[in-house]
Amino acid sequence: MSIITTEQPGRPVIPEAKERLLVRLSRRESSLAWIFLAPALIILVVFMAYPFAYGIYISMTDAMVGFAAKNFVWFENYQRLLDDPIFRKTVRNTFIYGFGTVPFKLVLGLWLALVLNQSFRFSRVYRAFLLLPWIVPTAISSLAFLMLYNGVLSPISWVLVDWGIIGDNINFLGDPVNAIVSLCVANIWRGVPFFGVSILAGLQAVPDELNEAAALDGANVWQRFWAVTWPVIRNITLIATLFSIIWTFADFQLIYVLTKGGPANSTHVFGTYSYQTLGQTFIGDAAAISLYMFPILAVLAIILLRYVRHD
Amino acid sequence: MAMVGSNTRRNRWLGLYLPLVFFLIFLLFPFYWMLIVSLKPNSELLDTSVNPFLLFSITFDHYAYLFTDTEFVRYTLNTFIVTVGSTVLALSASIFAGYALGRFRFRGGSFMGALIFLCYLVPPTLLFIPLSQVVSNLGLYNSYWALIFTYPTFLIPFASWLLMGYFRTIAIDLEHAALVDGATRLQAMRHVVLPLAMPGILSAGIFCFTLAWNEFLYALVFMGSGNMKTVPVGVVTDLIRADVYFWGSLMAAGILGSVPVAVAYSFFVDNYISGMTAGATKG
Repeated sequence: MSIITTEQPGRPVIPEAKERLLVRLSRRESSLAWIFLAPALIILVVFMAYPFAYGIYISMTDAMVGFAAKNFVWFENYQRLLDDPIFRKTVRNTFIYGFGTVPFKLVLGLWLALVLNQSFRFSRVYRAFLLLPWIVPTAISSLAFLMLYNGVLSPISWVLVDWGIIGDNINFLGDPVNAIVSLCVANIWRGVPFFGVSILAGLQAVPDELNEAAALDGANVWQRFWAVTWPVIRNITLIATLFSIIWTFADFQLIYVLTKGGPANSTHVFGTYSYQTLGQTFIGDAAAISLYMFPILAVLAIILLRYVRHD
Repeated sequence: MAMVGSNTRRNRWLGLYLPLVFFLIFLLFPFYWMLIVSLKPNSELLDTSVNPFLLFSITFDHYAYLFTDTEFVRYTLNTFIVTVGSTVLALSASIFAGYALGRFRFRGGSFMGALIFLCYLVPPTLLFIPLSQVVSNLGLYNSYWALIFTYPTFLIPFASWLLMGYFRTIAIDLEHAALVDGATRLQAMRHVVLPLAMPGILSAGIFCFTLAWNEFLYALVFMGSGNMKTVPVGVVTDLIRADVYFWGSLMAAGILGSVPVAVAYSFFVDNYISGMTAGATKG
C-alpha cells in the first residue's frame, strides 16, 4: 500500500507537497489505526469482555459444576450472600487487607525511597536487591513466610523464646487475629519495594537547587520535604497507592498459600472465598462473590485513570 | 533530596546506614531464610535446639530431590512454554496497538487508550470463573493454549500502554521524512520507528515475561492438573506434604523458581519504573 505514487524517492520535496502528503496520511490513519488495534482488541474481547458479561450471567443462575441444568434466579445469589456470615467476614477482611496495610506500605516505601535517593557506594546494587520482594512470584515468597510463620520451626518464635520474651512458640496462622495480622505483614513486606521504587522515580524530578536554596534559607528537613519534595512526588505516590489498593483488594496467592482462608474461614478475601465456593461446585455463588468486588474496583480504577491522564 | 546538607557522620548514620540495614533485614530476610533452609540437612533443620539462623553443614540433597523425585523440571518447562508463548503473542499485538494509540490521530483514539488502561486493572480474581468456562468450551482446558491466550489479557494492556508512551517519545519528523521519501507507513514503522523503540519493546517484553512467570490463579484453575502445572502452582500444590521433611525441597524450589525473573529484572531495574510511568505521564 504505497502512499506516495507521484513522488520519486530522493527528490527534494517542496513544502506544499509535504503538506498534501500529511493531509492524505491523516485520512488513511483512521482505518489503519483500527487495523493495528484489531489483534489486541480481539484478544481482549474474547478473553476479557465476553467472559465478564458471561460471568454476570452465571452469577444470576443456580449453576453447579458438572450439571448442565441451571435456572435463572436474578439476584438471589447476591442476596443470599449478604446473610452469609463467612461472606461478611470476607468483606471485612478485604477492607482490612486492602486499606489497612496501605499506610504502612506508604510510610515505609517513602522512607525507603528517601534512603535510596542518597548517593552512596553500590546504590544501584542495593536498589536491585531491595526490589526482590516485589519481583519474585508471590506464591513462592509466600512459601518462605509459610515457614517463618510455622508453629514449630518459626525462627521468629525461636528468637523470642531464646531471648525469654515469650514462653511458647507463637501460633501465627492458627488463630484468627494472629492470622490476619500475619497476612498483613507479609503483604506489607511485598508492597514496600513497589512504593519505594515508584516514589524514588518521582524523587529524581525534585530539583536539587531548590532544596539547597531552601536549606540556605534555614528550612529544616521536615519543612523542605513538604515544601519542595512532596509537591513533586504527590502524583506518583497517589498513583502507586491506588495501584496497590486495587492489587491487594483482588489478591489471591498470598492468602491461598498461607491460610487458604482459614482458620475456620476467618481470613478469606473475595478471591479465596470465591475459589473455595467454586471447589464446592457452586459456580453461580462463586461468580457472585467475585463480582461483588467490581463496584469497588470500578471506583478505584476511574479515580486512578483520572490521575494517570492528568499527570 | 531531603537529606541534602546532612553531611556530618552522625546524620549519615541515622539517615542512611541504619535505615539501610533495617530495610536489608526486613526485605531480604525471607530470601536468606529460603536459601539456608534449602541447603540445610534435615537433621539440623528439625532440631529446634540449634540456632536456626546459621548453617553448620551444607547439603544439596534438597535440590537433587527436586530433580529426581518430583516433576519440577517438567513444571519449569511448562512455565517457559507458557511464558514465552504469551509474551510473544502479547508483545506482537501490543506493538501495533501501542503504535496506533501513540501515533495515529483518530476518532475514539483516546477513549480506546483509556479502555485498554482499565483492562490492566481487571484482576484475575474477577474473571477466573467465567473464563474457566470459556477456556473449557474452546477445548483449551489443561493445555498450554489455555494460558498462552488468557495471559495476554493482562499483558497487552500493560505493554500497549508502555509502548504507546515510548512511541510518542520518538520524533515524528524522522517518520515523516521516511514517508516523504516514498516509504509506506509499514516500512517507516519497521525501518525507522521499531529500531528506535527497541529499548521500550525490550522493557515491555521483560515485564510481560515476569508477569506471566509469576501468575498463579489462572495457572491453578486452567492448567493445574497432572504434569501440566506451572512452577508456582506445582510448588505450592505438590511439594507441601503431610510429613515434616518437605521444607528443604520446598525452599530449594522457591529459590530456583525465583531465579529466572530475578535475572530478567536485574537487566532493567532502572528502566522498570520509567517504563511503567512512561505511558502514565505521557497519556
